[in-house]
Formats: sequence, C-alpha cells, structure tokens
Amino acid sequence: MLTCKDFLNELNEYLDETGDPEIRRRVQEHIEECPNCWVVFDTTKKTLHIFKGLEPQEIPRDVHERLMAALQRKCAAHPQRV
Amino acid sequence: MPPPAQSGVFDESAFVTRAKLGDTAAFAELVSQYERKIFRLAKHITQNDEDAEDVLQESFLKAYEHLGDFQGNSKFYTWIVRIAVNEALMKLRKRKTDRTVSLDESIDLGEEPVVREIAVWEDNPEQRYSQTELREILDNAIDSLRPAFRTVFVLRDVEDLSTEETAAVLNLSIPAVKSRLLRARLQLREKLTRFFRRKGDDVFAYL
Repeated sequence: MLTCKDFLNELNEYLDETGDPEIRRRVQEHIEECPNCWVVFDTTKKTLHIFKGLEPQEIPRDVHERLMAALQRKCAAHPQRV
Repeated sequence: MPPPAQSGVFDESAFVTRAKLGDTAAFAELVSQYERKIFRLAKHITQNDEDAEDVLQESFLKAYEHLGDFQGNSKFYTWIVRIAVNEALMKLRKRKTDRTVSLDESIDLGEEPVVREIAVWEDNPEQRYSQTELREILDNAIDSLRPAFRTVFVLRDVEDLSTEETAAVLNLSIPAVKSRLLRARLQLREKLTRFFRRKGDDVFAYL
C-alpha cells in the first residue's frame, strides 16, 4: 500500500497517464481507499483540465499591427538568403 | 505532392520550408499561427503587457533572422517558444534583481510538495464563471507562482510541451522539471479551491 506521501510523488505521472503501470495500479488503489488523496487527485485533475481548455485570447489589434510592421521592416532590410 | 495535412492541424513544416526560401508570406503565416500563444507565454512570464509586446516582437524578429540556422530537429513552435522564454526571462531579470527569478536547480532543494486544502470541487466548476472571470481567476493564480514554477507550469500544462521539451527550453534536468511541475500544480489547486469548491461544503457559506 502506498503512503499518502508516495501518492503525492506519483501524482504527476498518474495524471499524465505515463509511468509504470504497476505503480499506476497502486496509486489507483490508494485513492480508492484514502478520501483525502482522492480529493487531491480529483481537484488537481480538474485544475489541469481547466487550464488546458482555455484558448489563448486574440492579441490586441495594435499589438498585432506593430508586430507585422516590425517584421516588414526586417524582411525588407534583410531578405532570407536563398 | 506532399500529403495534405490532417484537417484542423497546422502543418508548420511546409511554411518553414517556404519561409526559408524567402517567402515572407509563409513566415507571416507562422506568425499568425503562433502570435497569440507567444504573447500569452510572454505575459505569463513577464507579467507586464509592455514587456510581453517587446518579447513578442523580438522573438519573431530573431526567429526570422536565424531561420537559416533552424535545422528542423524540433518543431518550429518549440524553437520559437525557446526564443521567447529566453527573451522573457531576460526582461524579468532586468526588472527584478531578487533571487526568486533564479531558475537554477538550487531552488528545488529543501522543499517538499505540500497539500493544505482538502475540499471537494464541483463537477465542471469552471462553468460557474464567465470566460472573462475565469481568465482572470486563472491568470491571477499563475501569476502568484514563483517564476521558476510558473515557467515550468506554463510550458508543460498551458503550452503543452513535453517534459523533455520543457527541460531543453529551460536548460533544466528532467527531475527538476518534474518536481517543479508537481509543486506548481499543487499550489494552483490550492489557490483555485476557493473559487471551485462545492458550495454546500463551505462551513462559512452562511456567515
């Protein structure tokens, strides 16, 4: 049986679904038995899910335009050598 | 004829090849594909709009300048992320001189990952908030992490780089990336708990 500390050290790989299948099975066993670690697992999983679901915002129009203008100047001054 | 890219997937290598041959429109296409992500990354690291814009410009200008050196061993995206992270860290170091900006390995010593909050969250707790509110909550949570943790978290879990790619971008060992990622994830869940916890479980809800 894993301790709660062992569980925490294995949490990343468990969440990322990587690592040794035997250890994953033992983590699974631990969270089924230990309500606190189940909460840590579930809330960390939700944390990642929420962050990964967030699309980057459009960048402000003026920022985009200044970027394109800077690039145009660069391209005109230094065309790629072919 | 190269096979068409899977629908919805951006085939950057064709654009890189054309850009290398001097096709500026192809380079502009790479810029439009990644500018939002690079700007977000720069904002997360520098925590400042003006610095983030500088980083955005300098990164793409450098990428253009050094396109001839890009060998295609990694993805163009990983390469531009690496340039942007370095630019952003330079900005951060210029502004702050304290050691919290240090990303070196010594930061990992003597700190165990910790868990304080044990509160059940709702299912799909993000739905409680509008997109704007949610962005603010998440941005504030990331911004409150130390640079060393924030940078690893953003690369791994926001920008979706692998552990190996993150280690290469930040010049860190793989164990250092793993240990920082764990602590960043745990700290974020602590910070987000007050927004996402199941309402009925809050003993102070009625005060």
